[in-house]
Amino acid sequence: MPTQELSYRDALRMALVEEIDRDQNVFVMGEDIGRYQGTFRVTEGLFQKYNVEQNDWRIIDTPIVEPGFTGIAIGAAMTGLRPVVEMMTMSFSILALDQIINHAAKIHYMTGGQSTVPMVIRGPGGAAKQLSAQHSHSLEGWYAHCPGLKVVAPATPQDAYSMFKQAVRDDNPVIFTENPGLYTIKGEVTTGPDVLQPFGKAQVLREGKDLSLVAYSRMVHVCLEVADRLAEVGISAEVVDVRSLLPLDTETIYQSVRKTNRAIVVYEDWKSGGFGAEIASRISEDCFDDLDAPVGRVGGLNVPMPYSRVLELECIPNADDVMAAVRKLG
Amino acid sequence: MIRRFEDKCNIAYRQGLVGGYMHVYIGMEATAVGWNAALKPGWDYVITAYRDHAQPLIMGSDPVKVMAEIMGRSGGYSFGKGGSMHIYDIENCFFGGWGIVGGHTPLGAGLAFAAKYRKEDRVTICYLGDGASNAGVFFESLNMAALWDLPVIFIIENNEFAMGTRLEYHAADTQLYKRGEPFGIKSERLDGMDVLQVKADAERIVNWVRENQKPYLVEVMNYRFAGHGAADNDRQLYRTKEEEDENTKRDPIARLEKYLTENNLMTAEKMEAINVEIEERVEAIYEEAVNSPHPEPHEVYAHVYSDMEPEKGH
Ligand SMILES: Cc1ncc(C[n+]2csc(CCOP(=O)(O)OP(=O)(O)O)c2C)c(N)n1
Ligand SMILES: [Mg+2]
Repeated sequence: MPTQELSYRDALRMALVEEIDRDQNVFVMGEDIGRYQGTFRVTEGLFQKYNVEQNDWRIIDTPIVEPGFTGIAIGAAMTGLRPVVEMMTMSFSILALDQIINHAAKIHYMTGGQSTVPMVIRGPGGAAKQLSAQHSHSLEGWYAHCPGLKVVAPATPQDAYSMFKQAVRDDNPVIFTENPGLYTIKGEVTTGPDVLQPFGKAQVLREGKDLSLVAYSRMVHVCLEVADRLAEVGISAEVVDVRSLLPLDTETIYQSVRKTNRAIVVYEDWKSGGFGAEIASRISEDCFDDLDAPVGRVGGLNVPMPYSRVLELECIPNADDVMAAVRKLG
Repeated sequence: MIRRFEDKCNIAYRQGLVGGYMHVYIGMEATAVGWNAALKPGWDYVITAYRDHAQPLIMGSDPVKVMAEIMGRSGGYSFGKGGSMHIYDIENCFFGGWGIVGGHTPLGAGLAFAAKYRKEDRVTICYLGDGASNAGVFFESLNMAALWDLPVIFIIENNEFAMGTRLEYHAADTQLYKRGEPFGIKSERLDGMDVLQVKADAERIVNWVRENQKPYLVEVMNYRFAGHGAADNDRQLYRTKEEEDENTKRDPIARLEKYLTENNLMTAEKMEAINVEIEERVEAIYEEAVNSPHPEPHEVYAHVYSDMEPEKGH
């Protein structure tokens, strides 16, 4: 199968284009995704490519009404279409929570299996750079709280590609969150019509024996940096990329903890009540006898995201914060 | 003054002194200047979206604190925690400064409701964009404003674009003033580029609202000369150069200058002197703002609650 170096953004776009080409039922809608080419340029070139005729509806520029267009997508999905909805940032999906949680997530259950909602809601989630309090939310924990949804947060270009294709083919509503800090990172990507990454499978990105660093999305890269720094002082850290929050692959996480006997969970979301708390509590509950120290947690500060770059950097966990947590474990 | 202030903001943005999103009001100034001239200063309320530098400057806010906020400094109105999109000067009755398109429109109705509740004769102006006029919460706000006779003027600033999407690609009926009609709200479409005309219209309508204690909807036709935000550097994606050139001929400032000269109301020398004075003032504002320190790291915890601090640490 072909392999090439791609940025996270380009890998996503390539997967999107392949799915649009593969299945007539796939269409894309969102704000400024067409003529304007997408705020984060994920949909760049798609409007020119697919909206050739007046009546082409593959790429749809919507008005700025998150509840309204999410609802239209859900109705279309109930008839078998496969909408991919872009949230300009995940922060704006809060407006559509009613549509996503009260409607999409419940339809299969409420209709007794008569209907499905095969849609993907994707967009940047987490802090970019100085977008301040209303544009920087990490909401994956909110969505992962809700049965009926699937929630994924890929960290690498390969996973952006293969998990996105998987998401489009899934018959359930999938929340696909992309940390804006990842769009420009590059990596080798194996491509092909059926290169799919099934959900609910974590991966060990780096093997180690002294300590497990458990993370998803951009924080995986922070953990890899920490593992490098620890190696210099003779500590061997294992890095586990969770990548799928709902369903969650606890087994891969537990296997790692049983080997290293120490774990730190790292996440950008507000520390209190974030998804990392869920992972940490599961490790504590299920691996208590294997642990030589309490499970550590490093999360974002429990404050609205400030605008000042100085304060913003204060909020987002970095390698120093994780190193401090490692020292605390003893 | 607003024009020069925002030119300077643009320079500061390019110097890396301003981060994130910054949206200037360049080209649209006559609207806010004309409408604010009809308000009682320190009494009537104003609320707008993220394109919010002009209103506080007109309403008597400290321009240094506005620019410091835009630069994220501790000397800003929100101590660097709001930024360009979130400027507030509550003492001067300016209520911001909001980043969710359409999201502030019910707050505008709420300000008017408070005035009504206290039996004060305050008028509230709630500005929103043509793009925001599609938002569900805006229609919800119109309904409640009409239902409860709230003294609020919704001003839809129709600058023909919502970011990169032209009016006819986002609105089924491009006569936006009609959005008030289903709710029985008095509604009109007015010019927003000729400041004297804007002021005359504004006085008539503000007086009507104050007297009749009912909402009003105005669609103001204006045009932004700059990109949507400072990060929008390819305007050709959604509009042509010719179209822009045609519209810059409507420049409200050049128009006023022409009016003043032609009617012998001000000499060219006097106008030039004013321009020089403004340039100097803006330079001084910039210097003072840029010398305001960045916030201290510990300030990150302040103002989350009025009576307690949040849990600390990563
Ligand atoms: C709920 C929401 N959706 C999308 C955005 C991104 N956005 C910011 S401004 C804007 C365009 C709004 O246009 P308009 O209301 O006409 O105001 P203008 O910028 O022209 O003043 C968009 C799409 C946002 N801030 N909030
Ligand atoms: Mg507009």
